[in-house]
Amino acid sequence: MAEIPRVRRMQGRDPLGLRRALADRLLPALVGAMALLAALAIAGAHGAGNLSQRWEQGTSGQILLQLPRETSLSPILAQLADLPGILTAEPVPEERLRELLAPWLGEVPGLPLPRIVAITLRPDADQTPFLDLVQSLPGAQLEAQGAAVRQATRLAEGLRALSLAILGVIVLVAAALVAVATRAGISARRDTIMILHELGARDGDIAGRFARRLGMLCALGALGGLVLAVPALWALAIEALPVVLAREAMVGDLPWAQLALLPAAAALIGWLTALITLRAWLRRLP
Amino acid sequence: MVRFLRVGLRYPEGQGAWALSGLDFSLEPGSFTWLLGPSGAGKSSLLRLMHLSLRPTEGEVELLGARISRAPRAAFPPLRRRIGVVFQDYRLLPHLSVFENAALPLRIQGITEARLTADVREILRWVGLLDRADAPPMALSGGEQQRLALARAVVSRPALLVADEPTGNLDDAQARRVIALLREMHRLGTTVIVATHDEGLAVDYPAPMLRLERGQQVFHG
Repeated sequence: MAEIPRVRRMQGRDPLGLRRALADRLLPALVGAMALLAALAIAGAHGAGNLSQRWEQGTSGQILLQLPRETSLSPILAQLADLPGILTAEPVPEERLRELLAPWLGEVPGLPLPRIVAITLRPDADQTPFLDLVQSLPGAQLEAQGAAVRQATRLAEGLRALSLAILGVIVLVAAALVAVATRAGISARRDTIMILHELGARDGDIAGRFARRLGMLCALGALGGLVLAVPALWALAIEALPVVLAREAMVGDLPWAQLALLPAAAALIGWLTALITLRAWLRRLP
Repeated sequence: MVRFLRVGLRYPEGQGAWALSGLDFSLEPGSFTWLLGPSGAGKSSLLRLMHLSLRPTEGEVELLGARISRAPRAAFPPLRRRIGVVFQDYRLLPHLSVFENAALPLRIQGITEARLTADVREILRWVGLLDRADAPPMALSGGEQQRLALARAVVSRPALLVADEPTGNLDDAQARRVIALLREMHRLGTTVIVATHDEGLAVDYPAPMLRLERGQQVFHG
């Protein structure tokens, strides 16, 4: 059998002429921009989530017990070690306390300092035995930590919610873009669609061709956006992490799995929106 | 094969004036019928009912064993694949080659590339366009475009062939060639109905006639 010419094979696969009818530059460019914003929102939500979790853990676990200077720590540490909800109870050395105070007070060798015990509580533990013990110790005070951290945690949670909301808006805008592109494609190929319909093409066949084409264009656009987003996010992580978490950025700091899903998610949005738009339009035909 | 029972049609969507009313006739399998009448008589509307572009406002149309008035929408595509349609304005797809235009019904049916190529080449040879297979349809003359439209209509061997003024835009020689091809399809066993306002065609090629005037059937026989 004679070989089928390439142009003929391509036309056969695209009887609706969608390669020319659908915006093959503008739509991927716009979806690419959306993907870039989505990547920023995902990374923002991920970072804020991590920060909130880290601060939350710090708040629930760490307590400083302040005791008068003359208190003997050994029996207290032994009592603390016997309590069920205590993970660690370690005295903070006086030298360390003086180091921490030096930036504010300067070197004051004669300044009397209290005894401090850093205690880590299990987050789900009943704190009643611990609080009873503290009340029984003369002059003991618990450092009222956590208020500022809790505020910061709430702020981080708010940022995370905002990032997710922005992500939702991006999804809606992307879907609207695809719907507009689909309608433009329908306008450009109205006669062709009508002819295919009258020749016996099913709604699913016609809508499926549009959906596959638009899904592919969205995936390509999202891939382009992602290629731009990753270096930008990495640069941001390098600058931000030393300030926020007091450490260098690591590869694992970016949400790679979610970012890698962006092109597939864009393809799904494009495919589904085009399918729904086309099917709704085709239902008007007899 | 085709049966109209007290069929009426109103535009738009069953609320406007009656385009057709009181149509009552049947076409036997393998028959050739002229659909005659002046412009505006309702010939195209009747043919649109026959190729499932419209549903009747009243009465019943039976096509290839299916009752159209109440048939679900999903039942139409398989029926449409058994009906070939030739339009006066050809309705070819300009972005596809001659070959691909003719191949469309087979592609819609999901025929494999290998089987499709042989069938399309055969049908293009039959209408005399095999040597233009890779040309765009706009490069063809009016007569050639109409023959291509005919090739597309019959490539899937339809049970019913509907032609709406297929010679309306053609000169005499081209018109004769198209009519000869339609009669050849009839000879091969296809039920054919051809709408025309040219009474001379019906005289030159005698066959049963269905005449319409102002949307009403005035003669069948």
